[in-house]
Order: sequence, then structure tokens, then C-alpha cells
Amino acid sequence: MTLERLLQIDRRIIFVLMALAVAIPLITGITFDPGQTPPTKAVYDYIEGLKPGSVLVIVFDYGPASMPELDPMAAALIRHGLSRGLRVVGLTLDIQGAVLGDDVLNRVGREMRKESGVDYVNLGYQPGYTAVILGMGEDIGKVFQTDFAGRPYDELRITRGLRTFKDIGLIVDLASSNTPTTWIAQAHERYNATLATGVTAVMATDYYPYLQTNQLIGLLNGMKGAAEYEKLVNHPGLGMRGMVAQSISQFLIIALVIFGNIVYFISRRRQRRPPGTGG
Amino acid sequence: MKVRIPLAITFITAAVLIAIFFTPHHLGEQIQARISDWLRVVGGLGLVLGIYSLLQTHLRKVARRSRDWGFSLVAVVSFAIMAVLGIGWGIGQGTSFNWVFNNVYAPLDATMFSLLAFFVASAAYRTFRARTVEAALLLTAAIVVMFGRVPLGEMIFPKAPDVAEWIMAYPTTAAKRAILLGVTLGSVAMSLRIMLGIERSHLGGE
Repeated sequence: MTLERLLQIDRRIIFVLMALAVAIPLITGITFDPGQTPPTKAVYDYIEGLKPGSVLVIVFDYGPASMPELDPMAAALIRHGLSRGLRVVGLTLDIQGAVLGDDVLNRVGREMRKESGVDYVNLGYQPGYTAVILGMGEDIGKVFQTDFAGRPYDELRITRGLRTFKDIGLIVDLASSNTPTTWIAQAHERYNATLATGVTAVMATDYYPYLQTNQLIGLLNGMKGAAEYEKLVNHPGLGMRGMVAQSISQFLIIALVIFGNIVYFISRRRQRRPPGTGG
Repeated sequence: MKVRIPLAITFITAAVLIAIFFTPHHLGEQIQARISDWLRVVGGLGLVLGIYSLLQTHLRKVARRSRDWGFSLVAVVSFAIMAVLGIGWGIGQGTSFNWVFNNVYAPLDATMFSLLAFFVASAAYRTFRARTVEAALLLTAAIVVMFGRVPLGEMIFPKAPDVAEWIMAYPTTAAKRAILLGVTLGSVAMSLRIMLGIERSHLGGE
């Protein structure tokens, strides 16, 4: 095969290689130790330091497209909060997150034999982004008058004494869009709410500046962040299983990039040789 | 008048909101609470507008039998089914809406997004070339970060995650902060232009 042909290799071959790189690890079910990074550990340590009965708010600002990265984070955070005796409150500013968040909250809550409305609750979705956060700063019960299941806010045991950001121990925004910026600008800067965020890997670089200025106390970075958190709460799940597929597929991309550059430079050197100089 | 009244509303509302932000008075907090309520109502109405626009576009395509009208028909029928299920039987746990959302819509949406992985791999092979020094540096940094962000990389080189984390936390963050400052200053400038009526594109005028 000539070098030019290698540079123009049929992309279906690359698609098949990628499919095998993702499918084989998932089918075999093996897991790797994801290690640990300081931003993830910071979130874990903060939740560990909250007193039982404190409120942990998880904001499900993501849709199905980002589920593989953010759903395992949500499950691990909920599990951690419930195991520490925290009151776990879910809500969302993204309409798709209402159903997804309800699903993961109830799934983990039932698994841990906790009671909805007492140990955890999903307040559901409210439109308005900034307006919702500003409204929560005044009175959460006025913004979310019922929970996702239609139960009045003021009649739930879990929401007793929960009126403003002052009553919340930590807010973790799991986002596939730029809602963490809105939470930082409004909830943290105006009402001194304590924030952490979990985002898809491509978005993580956007939030490192806020980590360094302590506007965020921690950051869960993509599927690796989810896997690290699952390891910390000692409950391997989709995050850790997905990391193997991600490892192999990322190595495939690295190999393709290096191979492509090697072929390109060899091809370029051959083209630069004067004609008739053999080789 | 058609332009002056909206411009006046824009300016007065913006001025009031800015004044409230910097005024720790209970009257300001009450005004802000009222405005937040109205913003949430408008946000909800925006959803209604979006649905109307979506249906109008697709129904027109179906009526005219335009190109790919079959997909528009699927969109309208799917919308109708989900609306009937949601309004009729609710959207909570155990409902048909919930089942369709979790077993049809969510896997479909996740699959569409997953297709990106294949195209990224193909594009990486064909186009990521270290043609210049800057491109070579960028490529090297990207490879180091990708290597350090997966457990396999740490197994091969134990310091890989620390190096990747350093690249994310320092040079990348420095560049990101500069971009953030630029974008924010641009947003402030644009907001002032809208507030003062210099920028009128949102009114549909010149």
C-alpha cells in the first residue's frame, strides 16, 4: 500500500476499529483503577465533612446525550449523600433533567431503602435559569411549590427548614451546558452558596479558573471523575466500567494521530527529494 | 413609537435591575422577587413559542410534501404521542411517558451523540498534523492529557495523571481565563449597547 493510500484509508476501517475498541471492554466487563485527582477528592471530602441532616442539592442540568458521563456521577453523589445521612434534594433547570434526575434518585434511593419525601426528593424542573436561582435565593418553596410527584413543598418532611441557600450544605450542578457559570454568578456571588460541579470532559477546562479562585470547591471531570467518585464511595458502576472502553478508544485515537503524522512526514520528505535521486 | 417604547422599556428595566443589584434594601429585594416571577412566566411562555414554531415548520413541510417530509411527519407524530401520554397519564415513575422517555428517547439521543466518537477518530487520523511548531506543541499537549486522563495511561506511566492535571490546571487555565475575560468584557459591551438602544437587532429593526 502506498503512503498516499495510507493517508486516505477508508474511514469505515477506522469506524470498525473504534467500534471494537469500545465494545470489547464493555462486553468483557473488566474495570481499571481510575486513580484520584484533587478536584474530585475535594468534592468527596466536603460532603464527608457535612453533618447528618445537612442538605445536599444535586442539580440535574443534563440530557440523555450526556448521560454516560453525568448519570454515574449523579448516582455516586446520591449514594454518598444518603449514606452520610444527608437530605438529598434534586432539581433541574434543564427540562430533560427532570425525568433523568427522577429516575436516578429513585433508583439509588430504593436500592438504599431510603424514603422519598423524607431522605430524598426531586423538586423537578422550573423554567427561567437565572430567575429560578434568584427566586431560590429569596424562598425555595415559592419557586418549587410542589415536588416532581406533585406533593406540596411545605408538607414534605425533607424540606422543613429549607428556605434559602443559607440552609443548603452544598449544591452540585451536574451540567452539559454552561449552567454552572450561572450558578456561580448568581448563587455563589450573591448568596454565598457553596458550589461544586460535575461536567462533561470537554467542558472541564472552562471551570478550572473557578476552582482556582475557590468559587467552586471541587470539580468532577467527565467519566473519569465519575469513576473516581465511584471508587471513593466504594461502589463500582457504569463510570468505572466505561473508563476501560474510554481508555482503549483514546489510545486508538492517539495511535491514529501518531501513525498519521509519521506517514505524513515520510510522504512529505519523499515529495521534497529532487527527481532522480532514487529511494 | 414602535421602536421608542421597547427601547424605553429595555433601558428602564435594565437600570432598575442594576440599581437593585447594588442596593441591599428590602424594597429592592421585593422588586427583584416580582421580576424573577415574571421572568419564570416568560421562560415558560418561551417554551410554548418554541413548540408552536417547531410544529408550524414541520406541519408546513408535511402539507407541501417538501423534501424529507416523512421525517417531519415522524417528528409531529412523536410530539403528539408524548404530549398525550404526558398530559393524560403524567410523567412520574411508572408512567408510559417515563417508559418511552427512558427506553426510546434517551437511548436514541445518547446514540446520536455517540456517533461523534467515530467521526472524531476519523478526523484525528486525517487532519491532526504537526505542520508548524505551534501545531506540534498543541498536539503533544493533547496527547499527554489524553494519555494521563485514562487509567491505562497511569498503568504505563504512573506520573501521567499528574502531568495531565498540571497542563489542565496551569497553561490551559491561564488561556481559558484570558478567553473568559475577553468574552465577559464583550458581553458587558453588548449589554450596554442593548440597554442604550444602540444595538436594535433584537427588535427586528436595523
